Amino acid sequence: MDNVLLLTHTDPDGALPRAALEALSAAKAAGGALTVGLFGAATGKAVEALAGAGAAKVLAVEAPELAEPRYGTDAAAATAIAKASGATLIVAPATSRMARVAAGVAQRLGGRIDTHVNQVAADGGVAVTRWFYKQRIEAKLRRKERPWVILVDPGAYPAASLAGGPAPAVEKVPVTLSAPRTKVVGLRAPSTGEQTIKPDAKLLLVAGAGWTKKQADGKPHPEKAEELILGFLHASGASLGSSKSLVDQAGEGQKVFEFMTHLNQIGQTGATPRHPKGLATCCHGEEPHVVGWRFIRDRRAVNLDPNCGWARGKADVLYVADAFAVMEKVNQLLKK
Amino acid sequence: MPFQIVVLGGIVPDPLQTLEPAQTPQGPGLKNELMLPHVLDPWSGHALYEAANLAAKNPGSKVTLVSLGPKAKLQQVMMAVAQKVPFELVALDGAAGGFTDAHEVSAKLADAVKALPGFDRSKLLVFGGWESASRGAGVTLQLVGERLEIHDQFQGVDAVTVGADGSLEILERVEGGKHQVSVVQGPPALLGWATGSLPEPKNNPQVGMANMRGVMPALQKAAASPTGTGGVEFVSVALPKAQRETRIMKDMSPDDVAKEIVAWISQD
Repeated sequence: MDNVLLLTHTDPDGALPRAALEALSAAKAAGGALTVGLFGAATGKAVEALAGAGAAKVLAVEAPELAEPRYGTDAAAATAIAKASGATLIVAPATSRMARVAAGVAQRLGGRIDTHVNQVAADGGVAVTRWFYKQRIEAKLRRKERPWVILVDPGAYPAASLAGGPAPAVEKVPVTLSAPRTKVVGLRAPSTGEQTIKPDAKLLLVAGAGWTKKQADGKPHPEKAEELILGFLHASGASLGSSKSLVDQAGEGQKVFEFMTHLNQIGQTGATPRHPKGLATCCHGEEPHVVGWRFIRDRRAVNLDPNCGWARGKADVLYVADAFAVMEKVNQLLKK
Repeated sequence: MPFQIVVLGGIVPDPLQTLEPAQTPQGPGLKNELMLPHVLDPWSGHALYEAANLAAKNPGSKVTLVSLGPKAKLQQVMMAVAQKVPFELVALDGAAGGFTDAHEVSAKLADAVKALPGFDRSKLLVFGGWESASRGAGVTLQLVGERLEIHDQFQGVDAVTVGADGSLEILERVEGGKHQVSVVQGPPALLGWATGSLPEPKNNPQVGMANMRGVMPALQKAAASPTGTGGVEFVSVALPKAQRETRIMKDMSPDDVAKEIVAWISQD
């Protein structure tokens, strides 16, 4: 049986990130004695939140340098915690901060790492399930090498519900953080000014390149398309995904959709977001449907091609209709 | 300020191909893997184009592409990639499949980088994709960075700007569609690129001819670099089974479609 360490950073206010509670569910699925490792500028709220988590103890590194996510300092703190724990299995949430350092930590420990894990099982030894070839092939695997670092994708597990009670005992881990060469300046939102990427949204709207093609009158209407898409996003609170072809049009200097960037791209070289529902519009490519939609539970599509090979078999419902007309009506109904 | 930019870029099956897993004596692989047309991994491509752009803006800089894959496939891919931007190739002859172990691959790549002529950490920028379209783990680059003792690493990079003092301002993707802005004092640094902001360059025959003078000799002297699956035991490797029964709704008016969509959105 492995000794399991749940390893995570804390939020800027010292609280536990939601993804860490999801990773806690995965860590418990592995079985074995559980220790929690925390690093950040403060860890107090996170320790309180772990009451009833079933952890024997919490190992913590607190330092002002850890207020900012940065490879050099984060990797040093995480490695110190992992060494102090003596864990053979290290489970971490795949936040951008942990994903930046987890492989480096595995290398420093002389261990191995697997990422994008969406299932952990303890049948006959710990086994994990993850995707290969951009969500096209699924594999279940085990490793002989230890320590084994496992990065659990956000949304793969429900957040662990904690029973409450006394907070676990905390042990401070000493670590020397050398003066960083990297200074974190802050966060910057996309220059478009539109907050269209919403990981917590219930719905993903996928806009395809069809929005920019010639319509029934023989002319393209990108301004109208922009109005309809933004109108829908504002009225529904949906997150926006797009196909590569549409994003590339914007990158090539064509005046298409000013709010669209590569950050919106799903599928190949884009994201594979997790949302309960997805609505694809004017989208005919394989990538958005096969790859970008892999983790969308309930899927519908609106396009003019009833034989669209990628919507058929991938969407639950395909509406053969003009997306311009449909989305205009949808927006009117949502505003009521 | 001149940089020594090393791009670590793998090759992957063309994303338009249908992939099917198959068992081989070396472990899991793809059916007809050597018959599938390959391309430069899309994220590696972004890294290469950004590297060339950075080198063009900083005279004296040099871009080296280090690529591990079957020699014949590398030759096929490089014929196309060489038309895009100027670079020197260092080829390693080994497996390029997604089921090889990232730790083994990183050891080969790190050794190749250390052996580069004129290897200079004070000018070194290691570029690559933050993921790949094969293994898709997003760890190889970090492992190489650790082996090269580069402790200023950035992942999900979309932009880099060189300051007057030689510092680098780097934008990394983080949660919520935002970028984290960091400034590193200068090389050495490692950047795992997301998509960047540059479109794919158009083919340039002059660049292609200049590149091919170095590409063919590099392929000829590609060192054998065998890699395996490490200590991984693959319990199962399969295609996802889900094929949905799509309800195709023709002849509905836009009003009716809209009502149905709004009702569906409103459901919990």
